[in-house]
Formats: sequence, C-alpha cells, structure tokens
Amino acid sequence: MLLGPSLGLSAILFAIGVAGVIVRRNAIVLFMCIELMLNAVNLSFIALARYHGISGQIMVFFVMTVAAAEATVGLAIILALFRHRDSVDLKDANVLQG
Amino acid sequence: MMGEIVFYFFAAASILSALMCITQRNPVASAFWLISTMLALAGIFVLLEAQFIAAVQVLVYAGAIMVLFLFVIMLLNLSDRVSDIRGKLSWVVAALIAGALAASLITLRGYTPARLALEVTGSAQIPPEIAFQAAELARTEATSRGVIGVFAEPLFGSYLVPFEITGLLLLTAIVGAVVLAKRRL
Repeated sequence: MLLGPSLGLSAILFAIGVAGVIVRRNAIVLFMCIELMLNAVNLSFIALARYHGISGQIMVFFVMTVAAAEATVGLAIILALFRHRDSVDLKDANVLQG
Repeated sequence: MMGEIVFYFFAAASILSALMCITQRNPVASAFWLISTMLALAGIFVLLEAQFIAAVQVLVYAGAIMVLFLFVIMLLNLSDRVSDIRGKLSWVVAALIAGALAASLITLRGYTPARLALEVTGSAQIPPEIAFQAAELARTEATSRGVIGVFAEPLFGSYLVPFEITGLLLLTAIVGAVVLAKRRL
C-alpha cells in the first residue's frame, strides 16, 4: 500500500532537485541536482513496477546507465570549462551570450 | 504497519538530505548529503520489492557515480570561500517554480492500487488483484527463482536490443570523456 506515498515522495524530491538547479551556480552541484531528479523519477518507476510488472525496474536500470554516461561526459565538459576559465561558476561561462 | 514506519523514516531522511544537499555551500558536503539521499532511497527500493535495483543503487549510484563527482571536486580544488548560491530573488523564484511543481505532482499521493486498476482497465468492476495478475505472478515466481532471475529473463529476452544499445552508449561516453578531458590528443 505504499504506491501513493512513494509517488508523493518522488514529487517532493523532484521539486527539490528543480529548486537546486535554479538556486545554485556551481556547475558540479547543478549536476548533482540533476542526479537527484533522476533518482526521484526512478522511485516512481519502481513504485509502479510493483503493479505493472518487472518492466519498470528494467527501465530504471537503463536510466541508471544513461545517468552514468551523462555524468561522465558532463564532468569532462566541466573539466574543460575549468581549464579555460579557472572556475566552474556558471556566471563565468558566458561566451555564448556574446 | 512496520513497513510504513520504515518507509516514512527513509522518506524523511531522503527529503532532509536532499534539502541539505542544495543548501550546503561546500560542494563536498553537498555530495555527501546526496549520497545519504541515495542510500535512503535504496532502503525504500527494498521496501518496494526491488532488491536488485537497491543493490545497484548503492553500488553504482552511491558508489561509482558519486566517487566520480567527489574525484572531480577534489581535482579542481574548489573552495567554499565564495558562495555559489544565488541571491534572495532566486530563492523566491525557486520556491515558486518548485512549489508549483510539487503542488501539482503531490496529487499523485492519493493514488491507490484500485484507482490505478480503474485507469488501466477502464472498468471499476475489476479489482487490482485481477488487473495486475502478471505482477502477482512475477512475485510468486521471485520466491522460487530469486529476484535476479525474474529481472534478468526479460532484460536478456525482450529488452535485448536496448541492452546492447546501452553498451554502445557507454562506449560513446568513454570516448567522449577522453576526448573532452584530454589537453592535447
């Protein structure tokens, strides 16, 4: 009978992740907030997988793989950014603004 | 009843850790609070009968991915002398947007298996035990074959092609990370 509470918790965690992305300027912490949102979505997948069958859990497996790939490439981009600007603050990453 | 107490304990722990994660000034502290969130979620996954995913969550997420984050934070030698948290206005904007999002999503809190069955089958006469027979079957199968067997059979059966494409995605990520992070190729 944990379906409703699990979906509610997932909603709260996702909202906290969104708030983190808006409030923080550090690119690495931003990535951590994105991981938090992915985790929240995983929770609702698993809560529903209990009723809809194992496919939901397999989807979580794929989400985790994509998250790992995304974190690897994202952190490499942050490393390259740090080399150019000596900072990972997003206010220093303003080349595209012109 | 016992399960619900444990669930609410882990839920409170994960929400508290997530809030600490976004308010801590030091990126290392943020990372550790995020690890705490993930461990609490792993506990909830066990309660929701996803034992394998819970183990993978601890090993891959809290272990590998967060170590990668900590590694990069240490490598860049970031200090917390200058706060990266934006001003008061952004807190208001964040509270508005996240509050609206949470308020609309929190209505899912009222979901029960009976309502889910009604929406899936479109008829109120079918009880959830009948509508979700396949899941019930998988649950009894898990007691005889183990949770890994129930998980692995569709993964290497009907989901084989997506699984192989995942391998390709990881290869691309490795090559991309090396190309981006290397100074001179």
